Amino acid sequence: MAAFVWLTILTALRILGRNRLRAGLTMLGIVIGVAAVIAMVSIGEGAKRAVQAQIATMGTNVIIIFPGVTSASGVRGSAGSAVTLTVSDALDLKKRIPLLADTGWARRDVMQIVYGNRNWNGPINGVSPSYLIIRDWSFTSGGPFTQTDLDSAARVALIGQTIVENLFEPGEEPVGAVIRIKNVPFRVIGVLAPKGQSAQGSDQDDLILIPFSTAERKVFGTPFIGSVGAMFGSTEQVEDLPMAAAQIREVLRARHRLQTEQNDDFTIRTQVDIGKVQEGTSETLTMMLFAIASVSLLVGGIGIMNILLVSVTERTKEIGIRIAVGAKRYHILMQFLIEAMTLSLVGGTLGIGFGIAGAKLTTLIAGWPTIISGNVIALAFFSSVAIGLFFGLYPANKAARLNPIEALRYE
Amino acid sequence: MGSLIECKNVWKIYRVGDVEVHALRGLSLTIEQGEFVAIMGSSGSGKSTLMNILGCLDQPTQGRYRLNGTEVGDLRADDLATIRNQQIGFVFQSFNLIPRTSALENAQLPLFYRGLSLKEQRTQAAAALRRVGLLGREHHYPTQLSGGQQQRVAIARALVTSPSLLLADEPTGNLDTQSSQEIMKILETLNHDEGITIILVTHEVDIAAYAAREIMIKDGQILTDRVTGTRPDSSPIEA
Repeated sequence: MAAFVWLTILTALRILGRNRLRAGLTMLGIVIGVAAVIAMVSIGEGAKRAVQAQIATMGTNVIIIFPGVTSASGVRGSAGSAVTLTVSDALDLKKRIPLLADTGWARRDVMQIVYGNRNWNGPINGVSPSYLIIRDWSFTSGGPFTQTDLDSAARVALIGQTIVENLFEPGEEPVGAVIRIKNVPFRVIGVLAPKGQSAQGSDQDDLILIPFSTAERKVFGTPFIGSVGAMFGSTEQVEDLPMAAAQIREVLRARHRLQTEQNDDFTIRTQVDIGKVQEGTSETLTMMLFAIASVSLLVGGIGIMNILLVSVTERTKEIGIRIAVGAKRYHILMQFLIEAMTLSLVGGTLGIGFGIAGAKLTTLIAGWPTIISGNVIALAFFSSVAIGLFFGLYPANKAARLNPIEALRYE
Repeated sequence: MGSLIECKNVWKIYRVGDVEVHALRGLSLTIEQGEFVAIMGSSGSGKSTLMNILGCLDQPTQGRYRLNGTEVGDLRADDLATIRNQQIGFVFQSFNLIPRTSALENAQLPLFYRGLSLKEQRTQAAAALRRVGLLGREHHYPTQLSGGQQQRVAIARALVTSPSLLLADEPTGNLDTQSSQEIMKILETLNHDEGITIILVTHEVDIAAYAAREIMIKDGQILTDRVTGTRPDSSPIEA
């Protein structure tokens, strides 16, 4: 049996080798289909990984709580327009919800920053020290501010990479320099490590972090001491995020004395929610590409079936001879199935090669990240075997059922 | 042990559209091991149908056909294939070699379906080619061989399994006189020296003369069945 299969494969290769152009054209559908699957999935995976990396720049296992909308006599303001979240909310959440590893808070405003003869308008964030940990900021030089800085409303600032580029000469050391924010002098004590674009596309490095108390008392001015622009929480495990979010909602509703029929006056977003939106987009894209590739594979399979039917007709007499000298049905069936599978396998392998090349080329030319996964290659390989098997079955069966007398008489 | 071939009241009825064609009408025939039989008859007499049935390519509509004691009438297609592979060798008028495939590989074909190892196939096929005088032409393609040589490859293919029955359907129909004689002498030798039973279908009287028994068929029945006397052992052989 092994000898039979091996010799049949050799025969199939020889027969295909005789009609190289025909075999090549027949395989083309499979080649294109498989190459499309590999290239597209690689690009899709690369995009997905890039999005995941972007989302990871938010910090680890982050929950963000925004103040809700104002609603005065039915006229609703934009999100964050209400002053409903306070520092004491954040402190209380940490105390009451053991799932939360930490909580932090922030307020932001865009203001002019001046250094020497340069100026820049950038977002100033008054934050709690825990914010740095939750959002996972690290430093290229200098270091964070401390609880003491917060307590004493110290005029110290941490600046992002974009600010450095816009205020300082190349090579100039920002740490120790004094910048003015709304005419208040601040000493730069740290430069934040760059994070790049956020998942929403904004520049995360265009920011200045100062202690929350300093911002409140010396820069922003506030009508309501302790009100925050956003609160942050983090959990140890990513799986805890939904549970923690639910508990936060409960605590905040109780603290804000909301009746059951009243809407939340805050909005809770977890990192998982934000990731889902992004992944949803790339999954839609991947599904669409899969659909296109499937159609191409289907067309390729039909091409194989078509050429095999032609081959069966052309070789009717040969089949008759084989049956006459003692070939059984499965011998003939196997012969044509193996031919079909050889076509689809060679096509599939070529397709895998072209697909990988296409993905690499995309990275090279367009600079998109691509990830070639072994799973996809295995899937492409096995689907080409399956296509050969499926579309070869009908012609092979037709050949195996030929009447030897008529087949021998066929000219 | 009984006869090699026993046909009893064999009918073969085809249906072409609404018309029934009676190709064989109750034909009975017995052929012993080692005989050399010529079957003659005009076209449409039913001799091809008889050959197909004797060769287990077809089965009778009615009646019994026993080959070497096996009742062939109710076997399945794959069992018929096994019988053809092990007991029957075919030689056709148009040679029926597989194109673009070497003489050796053509001769190997029945052994391939017998499941022998490649090495075994090659050795036996080469030996069969040697027996028909084609030593040194193993790797020629059919198009590189003359008609007579192609027919010898076909005989080698028929011989390679050491069949008990060799069916030759107008083996010289496409050959010139010289080649025809060579082919007939090979068949004669196989019958005489190795005791292979040969059934030969032919139009030509001088070809039929190589056989020891001549059967005339007409309208699906045997018209005459006579021993022509010249048993192969009595005729001189020059190969």
